[in-house]
Amino acid sequence: MSAALSPAATAARGESPARRALRRFARHRLAMAGLLVVLVFVAVALLAPWVAQYDPVATSWSRIRKPPSALYWFGTDENGRDVFSRVVWGARASLMAGIVSVAAAVCLGVPFGLLAGLAGGWVDALVSRIADAMLSVPFLILAIALAAFLGPALENAMLAIAISATPIFVRLARGMALEAKSTDWVEAARALGNPPWRTALRHVLPNIIPPLLVQGTLAIAEAIIAEASLSFLGLGQQPPAPSWGSMLNAAQRFLTQAPWMSVYPGLAIFLVVLAFNLVGDGLRDALDPRSDRR
Amino acid sequence: MTVPALEVIGLSVSFRTDRGPFRAVQGLSFTVPAGRTLAIVGESGCGKSATSLAIMGLLPGSAQVTGTIRLAGQEIAELPPDARRRLRGAEMAMIFQEPMTSLNPAFTAGEQVAEALRQHRGMGRKAAAEAAIAALEQVRIPEAARRARQYPHQLSGGMRQRVMIAIALACRPRLLIADEPTTALDVTVQAQILSLLAELKRETGTATVLITHDLGVVADQADEVVVMYAGQVIERAPAARLFAMPQHPYTVGLLGAAPRLEGGGGRLASIEGTVPDLAAPPPGCRFAPRCPFAIARCAEPVPLYEMVPGHVAACHRAPLEQILEGAA
Repeated sequence: MSAALSPAATAARGESPARRALRRFARHRLAMAGLLVVLVFVAVALLAPWVAQYDPVATSWSRIRKPPSALYWFGTDENGRDVFSRVVWGARASLMAGIVSVAAAVCLGVPFGLLAGLAGGWVDALVSRIADAMLSVPFLILAIALAAFLGPALENAMLAIAISATPIFVRLARGMALEAKSTDWVEAARALGNPPWRTALRHVLPNIIPPLLVQGTLAIAEAIIAEASLSFLGLGQQPPAPSWGSMLNAAQRFLTQAPWMSVYPGLAIFLVVLAFNLVGDGLRDALDPRSDRR
Repeated sequence: MTVPALEVIGLSVSFRTDRGPFRAVQGLSFTVPAGRTLAIVGESGCGKSATSLAIMGLLPGSAQVTGTIRLAGQEIAELPPDARRRLRGAEMAMIFQEPMTSLNPAFTAGEQVAEALRQHRGMGRKAAAEAAIAALEQVRIPEAARRARQYPHQLSGGMRQRVMIAIALACRPRLLIADEPTTALDVTVQAQILSLLAELKRETGTATVLITHDLGVVADQADEVVVMYAGQVIERAPAARLFAMPQHPYTVGLLGAAPRLEGGGGRLASIEGTVPDLAAPPPGCRFAPRCPFAIARCAEPVPLYEMVPGHVAACHRAPLEQILEGAA
């Protein structure tokens, strides 16, 4: 029985679960490609002032809607702004919106989920019903409604996305906490005199980090799409500050005359979202204890 | 006489259910002196585990516990939950049946032993880590320093149970409750764990309550035995006497159902019938419907009759020798 339960390869290596996951992730080609793309975008976003050759908001009547050239790599837009520089600066808005809003959703959702799962009773009923109610409204619709209510601004869009993404994490944490609650080691932790909060934080939380990591990564991709959508609708990043979504909105009027205006921001959204999804899938495979991949 | 490590007087546990109270344990009394082992024996559902959880204070809120539980003379059943919690791990500890799943998969063996020390002894991280290795050595884990850095999935069942014992005994509790500690282990490993428990009991003077249905384990380990049936004590005696002269027909049946080496090729004896429904127990002796010796009087409530000092049995017909002689 013991041999069937413990992965023999891991036992022989004597490594921690985190190291094992890292090693398996490193062998996952698509995930590593995704991670590379993510890192490139993060670097570009952080180094935007040095990567972009032009001021992303500087307009010029002499270079309106110029096609891509050696001078303007991605061409220029309807106000004569350099599209490449705007895509570069737009990465800041998108990545920040994705990462910050998901981080906020995790910080808000996980404690409530743990509380609901471990406390049970009316606490669980209350938290779960609120989460269910929020989940019954489609993610993007809820985000749009909240953003419209909060007023158009990037910070408000991020807050709206964070709130919309929270119930997913409440549910995930609650489910994992319920599962953990019925295990012998949580009973053993109680038998050692651990107070409930300590059981939750020291014993349950570390065991639910893997699924949270996977869900978090995938949620970032969704949040980036949501930010782009909100900005497209004018509820996110406000002009003239660049954002991929608002660039697409401006570009739709010139789809045939100036396709570069829509192609490049669209490509950026596509790449980043795909990359985060690949990383998420890779993490899921690497962290899945049932997977036999070495 | 010194104060016993554990004293249980009139312990009853009942669970609220839709069909009315389910009386898992009724009027259980026993004492365990320091350094001694008391075994609680009985088949599944007789209230063994409810008893151990009641002593630990780990029963869910739907359980009602009455009676007196004294740990080294201190009444603990009435303590507020927080004070009760502080006793767990420090003054009383428990090891569970399933060593495969009783350790937290996210931490190394050493970390889990150290945690108990840090929490109850207020040790620093480093001191606790060193003490944890010493504790692992004490449960005879070879290469303790290396094993301390391993995760539960890297340890065998026997090793894990040793780690559980190390965690339980880390803070030198007065009382150790071992709930079927060897049931899930291979027979050879069982023997090792049992002799380890016996050695540690001598070294530390910890009183042990051993919950089991394995009479071989009882004969090996216990000083005194409590036999439970359907939530009640039906016999209590020193281990040697119980095996030599069981007085309750159920105990006799249990001993008859235990496989023996010298028994030859005959079929194992079994006790006919099933355990009564505890939501609606029969009046009088609960074993009467299955008892070969049952008479009309068995429908009346049975007290625990004293056979000799230290040996009690809840049977109107005890001592059984008289009946058997009468029949012969």
